Amino acid sequence: MPFQLVFLLTDVLIYVLLAALIAFGLYTAHHEHLRVPWRQVARRPMAMASLVILLVYVAVGLMDSVHYRPLLEGQNRGEAVYSNEVLSLLDKATKPLRARAEKTYSAPFAMQAYSMETAEYPDGRHVREYPRLLHGGAHVQEAGERVGDIMLRVGAATLAGFGIWLLIVASFLLFWRRHAESWMLTIRRLVRGEGDFPRRTVLVTVGVLIVLTANAAYLSLYYHIFGTDQVGQDVFHKSLKSVRTGLVIGTLTTLVMLPFAALFGIMAGYFRGWVDDVIQYVYTTLSSIPGVLLIAAAILSLQVYVANHAELFDSATARADIRLLILCLILGVTSWTSLCRLLRGETLKLREVDYIQAARALGASHVAVMARHILPNVMHIILITVVLDFSGLVLAEAVLSYVGVGVDPTMDSWGNMIVSARLEMAREPLVWWSLASAFVFMFGLVLAANLFSDAVRDAFDPRLRK
Amino acid sequence: MKRPGATRSALLALSLVFTASAAASWNNPYPAAEAKSNILYSAFRERPKTFDPARAYSSNEYLFIAQIYEPPFQYHYLKRPYMLVPLTATAVPTPSYFDKRGRRLPQNTPAGSIADSVYEIRIRPGIYYQPHPAFARAADGRYLYHALSPYDLAGRYAIGDFPQTATRELVAADYVYQIKRLAHPKLHSPILSVMNEYIVGIRDYADVLKKEYEKIAGGRDTGIYLDLTKFPLAGVEEVDRYTYRVKIHGKYPQLLYWMAMPFFAPMPPEADRFFSQPGMAEKNLTLDWYPVGSGAYMLTLNNPNRQMVLERNPNYHEELYPAEGEPEDGPAGLLDDAGKHLPFIDKVVFSLDKESIPRWNKFLQGYYDRSVVLTEGFDQAIRFTGEGDTEVSDAMKQKGIRLLTDVAASTYYLGFNMLDPLVGGYTERARKLRQAISVAIDFEEQISIFENGRGIAAQGPLAPGIFGYREGRAGINPYVYDWVDGRPRRKPIEYARQLLVEAGYPGGVDPASGKPLSINYETPAIGPERKAQLDWMLKQFNKLGVQLVVRATDYNRFQEKMRKGDAQIFDWGWNADYPDPENFLFLLYGPNKKVGHDGENASNYDNPEFNRLFERMKNMENTPERARIIDQMLDMARRDVPWIWGMHPKNFLLEHAWMYNAKLNQMANNTLKYSRLDPVQRAERRTAWNRPVAWPIVAVLGTLLVGAVPAVVAYRKRERGAAR
Amino acid sequence: MIGYIIRRVLYAIPILIGVNLLTFALFFFVNSPDDMARLHLGVKRVTPEAIVKWKEDRGYNKPLLYNAANAGADKLTDTIFFRHSVKLFAFDFGRSDQGRDIGYDIYQRMWPSLAIALPVFLVGILVHITFSMLLAFFRGTYLDTAGVVLCVIMMSISALFYVILGQYLVSMLLRLVPISGYDVGMEAVKFLILPVIVGVVGGVGASTRLYRTFFLEEIGKDYVRTARAKGLSELRVLFRHVLKNAMIPILTGVVVVIPLLFTGSLILESFFAVPGLGSYTIDAIHSQDFAIVRAMVFLGSVLYIAGLILTDITYTLVDPRVRLE
Repeated sequence: MPFQLVFLLTDVLIYVLLAALIAFGLYTAHHEHLRVPWRQVARRPMAMASLVILLVYVAVGLMDSVHYRPLLEGQNRGEAVYSNEVLSLLDKATKPLRARAEKTYSAPFAMQAYSMETAEYPDGRHVREYPRLLHGGAHVQEAGERVGDIMLRVGAATLAGFGIWLLIVASFLLFWRRHAESWMLTIRRLVRGEGDFPRRTVLVTVGVLIVLTANAAYLSLYYHIFGTDQVGQDVFHKSLKSVRTGLVIGTLTTLVMLPFAALFGIMAGYFRGWVDDVIQYVYTTLSSIPGVLLIAAAILSLQVYVANHAELFDSATARADIRLLILCLILGVTSWTSLCRLLRGETLKLREVDYIQAARALGASHVAVMARHILPNVMHIILITVVLDFSGLVLAEAVLSYVGVGVDPTMDSWGNMIVSARLEMAREPLVWWSLASAFVFMFGLVLAANLFSDAVRDAFDPRLRK
Repeated sequence: MKRPGATRSALLALSLVFTASAAASWNNPYPAAEAKSNILYSAFRERPKTFDPARAYSSNEYLFIAQIYEPPFQYHYLKRPYMLVPLTATAVPTPSYFDKRGRRLPQNTPAGSIADSVYEIRIRPGIYYQPHPAFARAADGRYLYHALSPYDLAGRYAIGDFPQTATRELVAADYVYQIKRLAHPKLHSPILSVMNEYIVGIRDYADVLKKEYEKIAGGRDTGIYLDLTKFPLAGVEEVDRYTYRVKIHGKYPQLLYWMAMPFFAPMPPEADRFFSQPGMAEKNLTLDWYPVGSGAYMLTLNNPNRQMVLERNPNYHEELYPAEGEPEDGPAGLLDDAGKHLPFIDKVVFSLDKESIPRWNKFLQGYYDRSVVLTEGFDQAIRFTGEGDTEVSDAMKQKGIRLLTDVAASTYYLGFNMLDPLVGGYTERARKLRQAISVAIDFEEQISIFENGRGIAAQGPLAPGIFGYREGRAGINPYVYDWVDGRPRRKPIEYARQLLVEAGYPGGVDPASGKPLSINYETPAIGPERKAQLDWMLKQFNKLGVQLVVRATDYNRFQEKMRKGDAQIFDWGWNADYPDPENFLFLLYGPNKKVGHDGENASNYDNPEFNRLFERMKNMENTPERARIIDQMLDMARRDVPWIWGMHPKNFLLEHAWMYNAKLNQMANNTLKYSRLDPVQRAERRTAWNRPVAWPIVAVLGTLLVGAVPAVVAYRKRERGAAR
Repeated sequence: MIGYIIRRVLYAIPILIGVNLLTFALFFFVNSPDDMARLHLGVKRVTPEAIVKWKEDRGYNKPLLYNAANAGADKLTDTIFFRHSVKLFAFDFGRSDQGRDIGYDIYQRMWPSLAIALPVFLVGILVHITFSMLLAFFRGTYLDTAGVVLCVIMMSISALFYVILGQYLVSMLLRLVPISGYDVGMEAVKFLILPVIVGVVGGVGASTRLYRTFFLEEIGKDYVRTARAKGLSELRVLFRHVLKNAMIPILTGVVVVIPLLFTGSLILESFFAVPGLGSYTIDAIHSQDFAIVRAMVFLGSVLYIAGLILTDITYTLVDPRVRLE
């Protein structure tokens, strides 16, 4: 085999999450009353545009969640030997970016380094100059041609992206066209935005994203479109790698805390009495420790555990991964309590409702009542919490990294990028691109998540539903 | 003009903003009244752990206490190579040697027949301590603050809360007292283990003190005073008021270097007694925080949460700026102040500033007088001239900023664990493997990428400037370098590959298993900035086809692995305590092994021949004979390759035009007293550099006002709509 | 009322015991004192004896929970748990691993923390209420929409960006205030301006949007319509009636953080080098000073619980319908 698959702990959990989402989606699709609010979400143009953006992030994150060790070349004798380095599909796809490291900083689209160096010419002269980059703009002969070259390539990529988009639109029209309807009429319907579902918005968003992606993909083969960092790595590549970290923090945290929050919250509300007292005590205790401090204390302590058991984690990637998982767990513990409290309150109300009383009277077991009657009725609260928490968690990662209790420092994450970019702000001329890149990527994700979660909340929160 | 009042006041406000901006700098972090005072401004990153001279051992602690405590000797400020000169002593003594029966031996006796050496140190009369409450006495001669009750202590949290102070003359007994303190059971002096080997009787003395201490303490934790004057220490005696003797086993010329460190500074017993009173430690009133010395400065404010202030000691004894130096010092202006009284600066303010960026910016704004060069700001500050030399960039030059550089007496290296079955051992095979790896790791590249050229690749364990270090062709490591065109050049990678073939690992593959060699690399580097360096290291090993497994752990784990000898290759470094080759070569001395002996020989190198030469070399004076032995030892170590000789870092320091008399000194820490500054020039430049830019405030306010217009319009429209 | 408060305070005790046990478990079971010792003793010439001595000095050499070697009550009191955790209840924080009195440090650093956190809190509330009232006033217009969009955008920006950009623009480019630092008395003002502005701006997005919904909820109620029908102008309605009632959820929401103002802000303090409790905590985390982190966890919990009690009391004060039982 040319590779050996590696399953990191977070990878496995991501697959579990994905499976759960698909199951949930199928379940929803088969139940009319569950589909109603989703349809409401789907009618909001803003939400759907956000969803498209989110899906792009998710795609990048998923690609970065399939890991393997490549076969070492030139070792044909005996058994296959795999590299110690763990790579992901995303690494494979962005290999040109990864391989094209410069010596140190360079600005976006630059063809020369950011700082001057003394070059020694064969005739013994020493000249201070901005050296040419190894890869960025290496094909350009003269400095003056650079802008023209960029324009040309932007034009080409935009055209190509536009072409792909037109193909997509055309195939959509093919599918959407009513029987015996004229093409013009179909297009007019689309342009006018007819129908509940905001097809026009979605297609435009897709179009913009495709053109942007085409530009980024094509130009990044020739230039460092977001510049390079201190050791010459492509910042665009780093930002892409950070997507997975952000998504994992935002989603796995809720995934790991959900079962506990749901179980304990419902149990407390359902059984009341001493069960309620114990559970309330536990979550009050946990929530009374300020979040950052609890995270700091736990990360500090668990770091030592990982260091003590280094043999369990064979690669730097695996070690960074376990720290990420720990961070998710602890963030989960700190955000667990509010959901638990909400669920307890809702269950308290629900258990007095007639049909549940009836179910009890008919001899249904506690477990059955909780699973079949109460859980589905509090599902909307869980959903809203999950969606609302997401953006906050992504933002929290950056702050925690700054405090020093965030993800592993060797892991690519926006938080780590910001923390190191802070030092670059003192340079003269300013090195702004790392910060800007982290900002753009993070802002895109969080803004999309915020807009989408607004729509979900409006659709599911019965208080707001008229 | 409907509302002239509003317009006028707006104009007034505007003009105020602009005139104010012309008048003063708004971003001055210090009180405006201090602007033209003779104060040096500096920063500290972390609160120092202790100021107790028996315990302090790190540079951020020495930064303070070296200005306060005065050991008998100091390093000459300007002369190189480093030499000791008297500070409070009248002279640097030559030891007298004695044999086993106590008979005096001539100076040229070989080290082997010397049983004891005695140093007799005479200090200058008329030196007084800084004013301190511990010395304060009432009219009847009784100490004012030596029997404080909890009631007396109420409300006192800092040394400034004791209003009465007094001073006392420095006497030899204070030096004796401090040497005894090194053995104090509660102080855990880091050099006690070293001194146990030398100072006569100190090992037993530590046991005596431990027993006595437990007797007095009776289970209490704090507030215990163990009066060391009551317990004599065999090897250290007070001869008269101004003379004391230190007796050591055998011959150990390096003792004088130790005696130039704060470990051997005087400690007045009054101060110890004062701080040992019950209730003091609970209020952070300890010698750890409040030094009592006779030096040029005294610590008057110690708030490690914000600021620490050193002020000129009013009782400072006469000390003059040196009149001699190196030939280049005169033209550099370093002798302009020759013969003047020290210190020059009245007050030194250290502010807590943890972040490097604000520190750097404040330096550029003129609010710190000196700064190290930041990696992040390196290009901005420094440029390389053609010959690999460095100077400040044009922007810095315009500001009048100067650069001082010096190679540190330190070494950073990659060690091999000599106990490891693969990379360790003394077979030809292992040796060749280690040599191949040494050639492959291109430290020149590492220095240029990660250190901005702030360092030189090491040819052996000795740092430049240490006796035995050789410049030029004679000093290169022939196993890694060739001498080409008048400079050392790393051997080509093909040579390393060839060595690997000879070692039996062609292409980096172990024929026994058919797999590439896999070597563990232990490093305490876990910060994000180190990721690139680790990647770089992987690349170096890939050149040989060897797989490197990076095991980055936190510092604790790392230390533990080192102690157990679990490592294969590891990061390590050493900062010299004193400028003597012994302080570097003992890192390779067998009996000083890490595993089993807990010594500083981290690679557990143990070559009997090397050990023998080391024992001969260590007690010698700096003679050609000694240089010859060191050459032999270096060649042995270079051939065996227990370390991949890494680099000696270079120190870079920037200072503003208004600073005078700076010369980097790797050994002396008490250099503040030589510095001089010109406060008037500083004040002018600060004002010129920090004119505030106020128009954006006006612009923002204006935009807000304009932005309010549509809101008002909308409001009016709606009101009208409601009215209709 | 007083009886209720007493009961609430009593109820806090088991919770604090829980907090204490949790931190104890984290710090002493997972992490051994040997690790701490080695970290603190530094680099050069560290011997195993030094580690033993270090632990001895800080009482980390005792058994964790039960000391069989002692007699009587000492079996329980001469342990790490008693000496380092139980004493916290008396607010005896002991000494940091570096040897300083934590209680005194906390007392000293509390004031700079307050000097930043209190203005951020007060100015913040004022600004957020003003903005949200404006949005509520212009509800349904393009101003409202633009405002809400702006809020979402501001919410989506990491707090770190506000600090980094604020510091860069105001301090470095415009040179209007010192970059970082702190001083006592009136000299402190110039250091506080920027962090307070940054703190307030950073919170605008989320709070304004939240408060806007409070206002809208009130505006939709019948009494507002009645008032408007009486012919009161929109502004009068807003200030006289809506503001007063919308203040209830706002106030009860923010009361809980008032005691926590003492512990300061981690990010602002460390970026602007303000020697408050926030930077104290961060420093302790970075230098792995477990004694301080432990003390801060305990203090944080106490203050949070105090905040909860305050919240309940506020409820009764602003809304007479709520009775404490």
